[in-house]
Amino acid sequence: MHGLKEKAEKALNKKAAVGRDIDLNIYRTGTPESNATGLAELCETDLLSAGIVPSGEGRSGSYIQEDHSVTHCNMTQKGVEISSIEEALKKYDWLKDYWWKALAVDTDKYTAFTELQPRRGYFMRVAAGQKTVYPLQACLYMEEEGVLQSVHNVVIAEEGSEMNIITGCTTASSLHSGLHLGVSEFFVKKGAKITFTMIHNWKEDVVVRPRTGVVVEEGGVFISNYVSLKPVKDLQSFPTAYLNGDNAVARFSSILVAPEGSWLDTGARVYLNGRGSRSEIISRTISNGGTIIARGHLIGNAEEIKAHLECNGLILTERGIIHAIPELEGRLRGVDMSHEAAVGKIAQEEIEYLMSRGLSEEEATATIVRGFLNVEIEGLPPELKQEIDRAIEESEKDIF
Amino acid sequence: MLILDGVTVEVAGKEILHDINLEVKPGETHVLFGPNGTGKTTLLMTIMGFAGYTVTKGRMSYKGEDITTMPLHERAKMGMGMSFQRPPTIRGLKTRNLVALCSKMGKDPEELARRLSFEKFLDRDVNDNLSGGEIKKSELLQLMAQDPDMVLLDEPESGVDLENIALVGEVIAELLDKAIKHFNEPMIEHKKKRKKSGIIITHTGFIMRYVNADVGHVILNGRLSCANNPEEIFSCVGKFGYEECVRCMV
Ligand SMILES: Nc1ncnc2c1ncn2[C@@H]1O[C@H](COP(=O)(O)OP(=O)(O)O)[C@@H](O)[C@H]1O
Ligand SMILES: [Mg+2]
Repeated sequence: MHGLKEKAEKALNKKAAVGRDIDLNIYRTGTPESNATGLAELCETDLLSAGIVPSGEGRSGSYIQEDHSVTHCNMTQKGVEISSIEEALKKYDWLKDYWWKALAVDTDKYTAFTELQPRRGYFMRVAAGQKTVYPLQACLYMEEEGVLQSVHNVVIAEEGSEMNIITGCTTASSLHSGLHLGVSEFFVKKGAKITFTMIHNWKEDVVVRPRTGVVVEEGGVFISNYVSLKPVKDLQSFPTAYLNGDNAVARFSSILVAPEGSWLDTGARVYLNGRGSRSEIISRTISNGGTIIARGHLIGNAEEIKAHLECNGLILTERGIIHAIPELEGRLRGVDMSHEAAVGKIAQEEIEYLMSRGLSEEEATATIVRGFLNVEIEGLPPELKQEIDRAIEESEKDIF
Repeated sequence: MLILDGVTVEVAGKEILHDINLEVKPGETHVLFGPNGTGKTTLLMTIMGFAGYTVTKGRMSYKGEDITTMPLHERAKMGMGMSFQRPPTIRGLKTRNLVALCSKMGKDPEELARRLSFEKFLDRDVNDNLSGGEIKKSELLQLMAQDPDMVLLDEPESGVDLENIALVGEVIAELLDKAIKHFNEPMIEHKKKRKKSGIIITHTGFIMRYVNADVGHVILNGRLSCANNPEEIFSCVGKFGYEECVRCMV
């Protein structure tokens, strides 16, 4: 891992390609504490609303990190590993072959900064041919006011394996401001499948800069679902997937709500490099006065690839910004790429149709918005779909 | 039950219906005939209370209440229900869930759908990728759940194939309480007790084989021309066309 630190040092002032520049110095970094409060003392409802089950029941393994400390880590299934990244790096010498391989350390100041911090984050791996019975869960919990939480996660699905992951990033009820830097590298080996579902509950003054790289080999499938329904000051993420093997698949879906004062700039970029690889980027966004930039960039580099982009946005308040930026980049003949984007208000015709069935205007609107957010995600395991539905149901009172 | 008194209607700033007078008594079913673009759909949308249909003159009353300016959903709550010619698609809302929302009495969507052989569409989004005939079934399914007292049907049989027309016809007869259910009850008695009323727009007249309509009307160029025996009107239109028919009936 030589040379990484030097590269990181050099990139410490490198602004990100998009998004507002964040001053890292105003936040508090720290060192892992030995006297972490422990899982029992974290607010149970904060965790539950992010899809995290504190007891670990119905999960094949858990990782919980509070600010800078790992407070809980266990696994219950053979062939399924979950641990802190620090431990994993000590245990497996080969892990360095994955370190900063799906993503460059000098991508921007946030990746660079994370590399220079003490190692935190999780490591997950499913052995070849194995399958998680229950989802693995990871929770990154921010507690101390003004905290800068940085993590570097590595997830590996070995050949023919299958893993479902649910991550809930959430904050203590008392916390208002903080910065979360999350580097995540995913490796989907031949014929493997990762379903990664994130339900994130941030806060009015929290800034978030996730940095994600995904490498998918032949016949591998990567499914990502991102759900953010609560206020967040400034979130900017643009995960990139490389479909390097033939017939590899990546699907990114996001369900985003931006209340007034929130700024969400998200999307995904997918390089379709393997013959016959497929990708789909879908977003359903609602502005309640906040700003959403919904990006998508598909790059068709191989024969017989198929890719589709879909950005649908509803502006529910008088003012609110939804800016869809769909990009299709075909680089040879034989690519099949399409996109569909629509931003606006709810169709009056639909509201009236439901009203003619006896629903009031408010009920009709709520029913349509609920339907709008109800994205059918191909290949999404039902238990993860349930968690997403539950998160939406819980937030309804804030959305309408 | 429903009275329109000199109703004139504007759509998008243009007068479409002129001075409509109509009374539908409890238990009566009326049929509306008329060429394309003559204002039939406009009339039903106005009765139901859709926003784009402005009553500029006249009044409407339903169950003794003035409904001229009553909001759409309140009319629905008072027992009006409509099946649409071209309803919108609602993404993410399952037909099953909408049927449940429509149902006042908590009727089982599965059971209602079985009556129309429509079970396999319950888990589709409302009106998503349905054929013409399937849309009609979906509309009737919602009406069965609503069980309205005033049933407004806009071309309920167009696009329905021969195999399904009987199914659709029987369900409509039931909605209008026109089905013969009690063999030991004389028809005349049943008719007296009947409360359900309806207005049906039809081009083909097929529906009249399943539902005995009481009164027929022709709309021509936004005017309601006559109230007469529906069978007579239908055969007259068939022989001489709408214009001629209106002339001879008046
Ligand atoms: N939203 C609208 N905007 C403008 N014109 C309309 C609108 N809706 C209906 N019309 C016009 O009103 C007339 C009557 O339409 P409609 O009631 O749908 O006819 P029908 O059902 O008898 O075929 C037509 O000329 C049609 O073009
Ligand atoms: Mg019509």
